[in-house]
Amino acid sequence: MSEKIYGLMAEFNSPGEVLRAAEKVRAAGYRRWDVFTPFPIHGLDKVMGYGNSLVGWVSLAMGGGAFLSVVGLIWFCNAFDYPLIVGGKPMFSAPMTFVPSYIMLIMGAAVGALVGMLGINQLPRLHHPLLDTKRFELVSRDKFVIVIGAQDENFCATETKKLLESIGGAQIAIVEDKD
Amino acid sequence: MADSVTNLEDLKKLAPPAELQRAPVVEGRPNLGALTDKLSAFAEGKTPLWWWIFFVPAAFSATVIFPVCLFYQVFTGVGVWGNNHPVMWGWDIVNFIWWVGVAHAGTLISALLFLTRQHWRTTIGRMAEAMTVFSVAMAGLYPAIHVGRAWFDWFMFPVPNSNDLWPQFRSPLMWDVFAVNTYLVVSSLFWFMGMIPDFAVLRDRSKTRIRKTIFSFLAMGWTGSAWQWHNYEKAYVVLCGLCTLLVFTVSSIVGLDFCTAQIAGWHATIFPPYFVLGAVFCGFGMMLVLLIPLRKWCGLESVITKKHIETVAKLTLVSGLLIDYIYLMEFFIAWYSGDPYERWVFGHRLFGHTYFVFGCMMYGINVGVTQLLWFKKVRQNLKLLFIIGLVINIGMWTERFVIVVGSLYQDFLPANWGKYMPTMWDVGLYIGTLGACFMLYLLFVKFLPMIAICEVKSATPQGDPHHPLGGAQKEAGHE
Repeated sequence: MSEKIYGLMAEFNSPGEVLRAAEKVRAAGYRRWDVFTPFPIHGLDKVMGYGNSLVGWVSLAMGGGAFLSVVGLIWFCNAFDYPLIVGGKPMFSAPMTFVPSYIMLIMGAAVGALVGMLGINQLPRLHHPLLDTKRFELVSRDKFVIVIGAQDENFCATETKKLLESIGGAQIAIVEDKD
Repeated sequence: MADSVTNLEDLKKLAPPAELQRAPVVEGRPNLGALTDKLSAFAEGKTPLWWWIFFVPAAFSATVIFPVCLFYQVFTGVGVWGNNHPVMWGWDIVNFIWWVGVAHAGTLISALLFLTRQHWRTTIGRMAEAMTVFSVAMAGLYPAIHVGRAWFDWFMFPVPNSNDLWPQFRSPLMWDVFAVNTYLVVSSLFWFMGMIPDFAVLRDRSKTRIRKTIFSFLAMGWTGSAWQWHNYEKAYVVLCGLCTLLVFTVSSIVGLDFCTAQIAGWHATIFPPYFVLGAVFCGFGMMLVLLIPLRKWCGLESVITKKHIETVAKLTLVSGLLIDYIYLMEFFIAWYSGDPYERWVFGHRLFGHTYFVFGCMMYGINVGVTQLLWFKKVRQNLKLLFIIGLVINIGMWTERFVIVVGSLYQDFLPANWGKYMPTMWDVGLYIGTLGACFMLYLLFVKFLPMIAICEVKSATPQGDPHHPLGGAQKEAGHE
C-alpha cells in the first residue's frame, strides 16, 4: 500500500476570511486547489474563475429532448399508427401535443438538472481522500477549508505551507491519499 | 470588498431605522457551529413521547385502515364507494384535488420564494417540500384506483399492447396522468437534491457506524467544494424554476378536467387559475397546521420564528383573497351568462335543499374566516392560527365537495337527479391516506434533516462573506 500526499489543507473561520485567502491562492498561481465550505459562498465562483455552470445546458438538452420525443410519440400514437378522430379535429396539430410535451419537458429538464449536477460534480463517489481526514468533518459544520493539491505544478510541501500560513490558515495538515 | 465599511459603528449608522429593519432569519445570532447543532438536534436526539403519540395512530391508519379500504375497493369494485349515477365523481376525486392542493403551497414556498430571494423561506422550505412529496403521492393514488380496474392502469401510458390501441392525448384526463406523475417525480428530485448537502452534515456528525453508512450513501460523497456548490446552485435554481412552472401547471390541468365538461358549475374558463389558487390557499393552511406545533415540539422556535409564521399567514390571506375574488366572479358569470342551468347550480350552492350546508361552510370559511388574518393580533396568535389553518383545510375540502358533488347531482334533466352519500369505504380510505401522509411526515421529521441546514446557515449574517459578522473585515472580527 503506497501512501501518497493528496494535498495540504488549511482551515479558516469565516466565509469572508476564506474568500480573501482564496484570492491570494489564486494570485499565487495555483491551479489544482479547491475551497470546501459548509454552504455556497457568494463571490467564490468569481475568485475560483468558474464560468457559467454546464448544468443548465444539460437540463435544457434533456428537457428539449423530452419535449420533442413526446411530440413525436403523440404523432405516432394518434396520427400515424392508429389515427384517432376526436371531435373532427385534425389528426395532428401543434396545440394538441403541447400540454403533455410541456409536462414532459419539465420532467426531462428536472432529471437533467439532477443528473447533470451529479455528473459534472463526479458524484456519487464512494470515497474521497478528504473524507478520511478527521478535521475535514468540520467543513459541514462551521469551518472553511482550502486544499491545495499535491498534483499542482507549483506545489512544494514547504512553500505551499508557508503560503497557507501567510494567508491566515490554521491547522495546516497534510492530506494523505491511501490507495 | 469591504473597503467602504470602516467599522461596525459606521455600518450601524447606515442601517435603516428599527421599524424598517428586516427581522433576522434566525433569532439570537448563534454561531455557525451552534446553529448546526440546533438544526440537526432533532434528527439525532432521543425520540420524544409526543412523536410516538402521533406516530402510533398514524401508522395504524396507514398500515391497517389504508390497505384494508384500498384492497377491498380494488378487489370488489368502485361500487363499494358512494359514487353512483348521476354523481360518478365523489370523495375519490374530492380527495384527489384536496391532496394535490395541499402539495402546491409546498412547492410555492420552496421554489417560487427561492426565485424571489426570500431568505426566510430557507427555514421552512424543506418541511414544505416534504409536505408536497407525501401529498402528491396520496393524490396520485386516487385517480389510479378511481378508474375501477386498477390493474389496467398501465393502459394510461403509451405502452404497446395487444389491442394495438394508444392513449388519447387530447383528453385532459390523459394530461393528468402526465402532470401528477411528473409532479411526484420532480418534487421528489427537488426534495432529495436539496437534502444532499444536509445528508453530508449528518454523515459528518454521525456517532454510530450504521448512521455513518446510511448518510454516506445518501450524501453520495458530497464534500462541499466550491466546484460542487457552483454546479449545485445552478441545478437548484433550474429545479426551482421548473417546480414553479409545475405549481401553475398541475392544478391547471386538474381544473381542465372539469371545465372541458359541459356540466353547469364546471364549464367555466376560470377553472385552471381557480384550482391553482385554491390549491395554494389550502396548502398554506396545511403549512400553518404543520409548522406551528412542530416548531415548538422540535425546539425550533428561534429558527422558525413568529415572524415567519406571520408571513405564512399573510400569504394565506393573499391567496384567500384571490380565491374570494374568484368565488365572486363565478357567481357574477353565472348570473351574467343568463344560462338557467348555471343560475340554478349557483343558487343551489347556498339555498339548495341537499348540499347547501357545504356551500355555506365553503363561503363561510374561505371568505369569512380568512378575513381574520387581516388583524396583526390574529397573525401573532399561534393557537388561533393553528385553528384557522385547520379550518381552512376543512373549508377547502368542502369547496371541492361543492364543486364535484354540488354540480353533478342536479344536471340538465330532472329525471337524472340523484343524491350522493359516501360509504364507510370512502371515509376509511381518506383516513388511511391522511394516516399514511402523516406517518411519512413524522418519519421524515425524525430521521431526515427537516430544516435545510446549509441554506439556513448561508442566510445568516455569519454566513455572508460581505457582512462584518461573516468576516468581511478583520477588525470587526466574528463570533
